[in-house]
Parts: sequence; structure tokens; C-alpha cells
Amino acid sequence: MKDIEITGRGFLDYAPAPESTAILHLQDSYGLFIDGEFVDGSGGSFATVSPATEKRIAEIAIASEADVDLAVAAARRAHTRTWSKMSGSDRGKYLFRIARLVQERARELAVAESLDNGKPIKESRDTDVPLVAAWFFYYAGWADKLDYAGLGANPRSLGVAAQVIPWNFPLLMLAWKIAPALAAGNTVVLKPAETTPLTALLFAEILQQADLPAGVVNIVTGAGETGAALVRHPDVDKVAFTGSTSVGREIAKAVAGTHKKVTLELGGKAANIVFDDAPIDQAVEGIVNGIFFNQGHVCCAGSRLLVQESIHDEVVDRLKQRLTTLRLGDPLDKNTDIGAINSKEQLDRIRSLSDLGEQEGAERWSAPCEIPENGFWFAPTIFTGVSTSSTIAREEIFGPVLSVLTFRTPAEAIAKANNTPYGLSAGIWSDKGSKILAVADRLRAGVIWANTFNRFDPASPFGGYKESGYGREGGRHGLGAYLAAGGSSSERSERVETKGDNK
Amino acid sequence: MTRLTIPKTYKLYIGGKFPRSESGRSYEVLGADGGFLANASLASRKDARDAVVAARAAVPGWSGATAYNRGQVLYRVAEVLEGRRAQFVQEISSSEGVTAAEAGRQVDEAIDTWVWYAGWADKFAQVAGAGNPVAGPYFNLSVPEPTGVVAIVAPQGEASLLGLVRVVAPALVAGNAVVVVADEAHPLSAISLSEVLATSDLPGGVVNVLTGSPAEVAPWLASHSDVDALDLAGAGALEWVDLEIAAAETLTRVMRPEPGVPERSLDRILAFTETKTVWHTKSLI
Repeated sequence: MKDIEITGRGFLDYAPAPESTAILHLQDSYGLFIDGEFVDGSGGSFATVSPATEKRIAEIAIASEADVDLAVAAARRAHTRTWSKMSGSDRGKYLFRIARLVQERARELAVAESLDNGKPIKESRDTDVPLVAAWFFYYAGWADKLDYAGLGANPRSLGVAAQVIPWNFPLLMLAWKIAPALAAGNTVVLKPAETTPLTALLFAEILQQADLPAGVVNIVTGAGETGAALVRHPDVDKVAFTGSTSVGREIAKAVAGTHKKVTLELGGKAANIVFDDAPIDQAVEGIVNGIFFNQGHVCCAGSRLLVQESIHDEVVDRLKQRLTTLRLGDPLDKNTDIGAINSKEQLDRIRSLSDLGEQEGAERWSAPCEIPENGFWFAPTIFTGVSTSSTIAREEIFGPVLSVLTFRTPAEAIAKANNTPYGLSAGIWSDKGSKILAVADRLRAGVIWANTFNRFDPASPFGGYKESGYGREGGRHGLGAYLAAGGSSSERSERVETKGDNK
Repeated sequence: MTRLTIPKTYKLYIGGKFPRSESGRSYEVLGADGGFLANASLASRKDARDAVVAARAAVPGWSGATAYNRGQVLYRVAEVLEGRRAQFVQEISSSEGVTAAEAGRQVDEAIDTWVWYAGWADKFAQVAGAGNPVAGPYFNLSVPEPTGVVAIVAPQGEASLLGLVRVVAPALVAGNAVVVVADEAHPLSAISLSEVLATSDLPGGVVNVLTGSPAEVAPWLASHSDVDALDLAGAGALEWVDLEIAAAETLTRVMRPEPGVPERSLDRILAFTETKTVWHTKSLI
């Protein structure tokens, strides 16, 4: 095995096959989407750039506190006058329309996503955008079936939902947030991430094509201050956030004492456990998918490989061999496996944590690949000889960096897997079904993949234990996060919540 | 000549044992008529932390028990409580100043609450779980699991036994361990309930009862990083927003205050669960 040449050249060279950007009809600048129209923001603007080339894509408005106020007011009006009064079946029809429009414009959205985010087109085309359509299609069908959501008869929408999403799956996270909110009868003010606002703004055009009533969805672009103004707005009834644990903590503090219902989908440091009876070929593919999918910019990434000691050398060798075949480069190239790191800031963080890994004694290996001159790039990297106390085994790196640890017994694997304040996801690789069931029972994580990794589906609840956040998105559980029980119990809770608001 | 009675020393209930407060402190519990009833232990920060340690140690056993077993243990609590009904009626009426009939109704409702929640132990997962029809060759199952250690401020100032049972019983159903701060003014029935729990096959440490000042103890529980969930049911009169902010530091799940005695509800069971979704790959045949 070891004598296979690790160079990444020869028969693996591919001719460039870039997806054309001609399909895009981008504006030079984008305003805020408030009350059904694009309007100028009053907070200035910033340029969104392609992380692969550092070239400017478009000028994006920054929503000031006053703009956020307008957006929340528009959402409130739309909730009171239109959306909460509309029949569930009509709300569903709008969502079905949106799902179809996303499918119709799928290629355009995929190109825009890869351009703005840096992820390989094969991922935006085959994973992100199809899941976006699936998410709207799934929740569309719920809109007139809310009595079956698990909250009893006639559950009520909460009102205005403030939603703040991250840059790693810009359009997909938008779908995770908007689809269940609208199905349940809420209206939305959504803030896309600062570095990836483009597809949310194209989505606003789709909403116009769908003729969605004005104000039902409002999109305010900007940085952290815009997001903070949104979640702190007193006329917001629900806060949904996906992002870092540190920001999640601040949001949990900001909504304390209010009536706001909250779901937080935060960081992770998932263990991917490979037992010695695992199908090794599939496991190696799963490890690669687990940590190098989307450049490792995945909250549920399998960033800690726990491999049984007896197969450690074999797995690591095969992994290095496989990584040598990955192609890093132009995100729009259909052959590309590893795209660009989303931002300079994130690249710096990945670099400094990786350097720390070396300083703390772990052995670093990076796939040999040519790094383009411009843009932000980081070669797929593996650390072996990592101890449980090492920083790279504890902190979320959010990049293409895998820490390899070993174990001898299932009990040790479970103890190491659970030895983290996070609890978002985990992977188990074994051919023994009874072992998988027993281990899955004892892992403290919200999503567990057995002999697979990084699978997502609108019917499947997603969310974490412990400091990975609370609440679930997806499935019936994700719908419940946007509803209150009808009748007496919710009225009761309203009485107390008012007291908190007055504090 | 009447017999001289033996008054009970009311202590804390931590890890299945009845220690005094490590602080050596106690406070006077007065009856509704203003007369002396007992000196209850005034729990300290250290007692609260000891209780969390005991609760954490009890989580694997209790959450690992079968749902059928947990249901039987909770039902057993009702059985033992029924047998000591008279004692609770006497304690409640002297402490809360209600008639024996009213106290009796409270005790009956507390017993029935244990029975109601006992029945949920092997059913809530069927109601709240799901088999998810994902678009691929996977068997995908969502199951609610216990959150872990739940710290609770029991309802204060009314129906001391029922208020306590209505917050403790639902947290136990899924397999959580509990640290509860009892009704400050009427703590006696909480300690007597601890005696019931201690003789009901409930493993030590699954329920830990602190008497004393919620205002003093609750902040230590709210900020404790080994507390997974915080039920502020009876914290409405405290600075509970500060407690929620303290809990946010470790993303502790928070249930906000509720006036009066909470109703029986499935929501109270599910509030202290985490949904785990497992994707099992089907082989291609």
C-alpha cells in the first residue's frame, strides 16, 4: 500500500470543466428585501467577493437598526393581515410554488452559491440546491396538516420569526429556516451571513416570481450588528439561529426574560468512530465525506476520527492515498472536490489552530496539491498522534482538518466520543448491527450516522445535545419549533411571559 | 397523661441519604398559626453542588433502566405515598393552614399525579419519536432521550406537596436526575416525600431535595456547568431573568416561570428530553 506514489498527478489530471457563469444575471448592487420590494438600506454597503478569486461580485446593502425595524414591522403587518389569516392549503400552495421555482432555477442558484461561497459546484448542484427544493416541498405539505404536528388541535403560529443563518450552506440554511416558519403560519425576517448574501437575494427574486404576499419574508443583509438588532427586536416572537456556540450563547442571554421562543443550532466536534470490523473502503469514503465535504465548513463534520487501534495504520494509509486523489481548485469546475475556504478570517483561524496542533505534538500531513495564487485555500490535512487534551481534538476548527485518535474497546470509544461540551453528531462504522445499536444508544449526540455520514433530509430532525444548541430542525419536530399549542396552555404561558417582558 | 411525642429532624435529601446542611445552618419553619413546627436545613452552595454531583452519578443507572422499570418505580412512589397519606395531611394542614379535607385533596392529587406520569414512562417515546421517511436507503429513527441533570425551583407558597410532585415527577419519566429546591415556607412535606422516594426503589441520587432559600441556592444551580436543564417553575418571584442569563453560559435548557401549580402535561416530560436521530444504512441487496 505504502509504495503507491503519492503525487496527485498522471492519470488523475483532468482538463478544466468550469460551469459557465453566463447563466447568472446579477445586479451590480443589491438592496434589502423588505415588504416585497428591494429597497435601499440606510447602513451603507459592502462588497461580497468570491473566495476563490477575491474578486468583487456585487455591492450589498447593510441593514441598520432602522432598516431592521422596518423589516420587522413589515413582517408583523403581513402576519396580522395576511399570512395568519390565510388557509393552510393556500400557504402550502405558495411553498409548493417556491419549491418548483427553486428546481427551475437550480443551476443558476448552484452557480451563484459556488461563486459566492467557494464550495465545489458538484456539491451546490447535487446537494445544497436539491435539498433546498426538497425542504420547501416537504414543509409545503405540512401547512394544512398542523393538527398533526403534535401540539394538539388548532396550534397557533408564533408570529414574527427572526432568523440568522451562517455562510457554510447559505441557501440551504435559508430553506431550513424559512420553509417550516411559513408552513406554520409565521412571517420571517432573515439575515444571511455577511460573506454569503447572494443566493438569499436571488431567492427574494424567486419570492417575487411566486407572488408571495409582501412582507411574509423579508431579507436584511449585513454583519453581526444587523443580526444582533434583529434578534433583540422586541416585536420578534421567535429566534432561530445557526452558527457558532459563542454567538449562540450571546443570543440565549439576549432573549432571556422575554417571551421569545428560541432554537439554536451551534458548533460541533463530532466523533467518527471506526471499528475494526468496519467495511474499510466505505469507511474511508465516509471519513473523507465527513470532514472534507464543503471544506469541513460543516457544524456536524466528523472532525475527530476515532479509529480502533488495530486498524489505525491501515486506515490512515488509505486515507492519505485517497486524499491524494482529491482535486482542489476552482469551485465552478465540475471536477473540483475541494473548493475555497470561505473567507480570509476563516482561513486564518484554520491556519492558527493547525499550527497549534503541531506545536502540541501532533503529526501533521497535508495532501500534496497546488494552491491557487489568489483566493483562500487550505489543503486537506490530517493530524495523527492527537491526544484527547489537544486543542485540535477539543475546539471546532471548521475547516478541512481531521484529528485522528485511537481506542481499544467500545467503552473507550464511547467515553472519548462523549468527552466534549458539544453533542451535535457522530458516526459509527461497523458491520455488526447489534454493536451499532448499542453504541448509538450511548452517544450523546443529536444526529448519528451509521455506516454513512453527512446525510440530510427534510423529514429527518437535526440538532444538538449540550452546547451544540437546542431545538430541532427538520421533520415534524422542526415544525413544532414554530408553533404554540392552541387553547388554554399557551394562554397561560403568555401571562407569565408578559411579566418577563416588563422587566 | 398524654405521651410526649418525638419530633422529626428535617434534613436534606442528597444522594439517597439525609444529611444536614454542610453549612450547619437551619431555619425556623412556622405553622399557619405562627407556632413553631420545625427547624429545616438551610441549604448552602456546597449542598447544591453536592446534590448536582449525586444527580450526575445517578443519571446512567436511571436513564439506562428500562422504561417499564422506571414506570413501575414511579408507580411504587404512589403506592408508598398512599400508605403515608395521613402524615402528609397533617403536615400540610398545620403548615399551610388548610383544612384536613383540603390537604387530603392535595395529597390525593399528588398520588394520582405519580400514577399518571408512571404510565407515560413507556409511551412518551412512541408519541414524541418518529420513523422518518428519508429519500434514500436508510432506516431513520428519532427517539427522545433524557437531557441529564435537571435543576428545579419548585412552586412557592401554595400546595407544597402537589407543586413539588408536579415538577419532579415529569422530569423523572424520561430518565433525568433532579435537584429540586423545595417550597421555602412549607418545606416539611418535601422532606417527608424524600422519605417516600427513599423507600420506593428510586435509586439514590435520582432525586435530591434542598430546603432553604431559592434566592440563595438557585443562582448556583443555574450557573452550574453540569446542570443540563433548569426548570424555573417556582422562580417567578426571584430575579429569574438573571438565572436564565446564567444558564445561557453553558446553553442549559430553561423552562421559564409558571404561575401556581403546573398542570400535568406531556410537554413537561418532553421539555427535558433531547431528540436523537440515527441513520442506519441499509445494505444494497
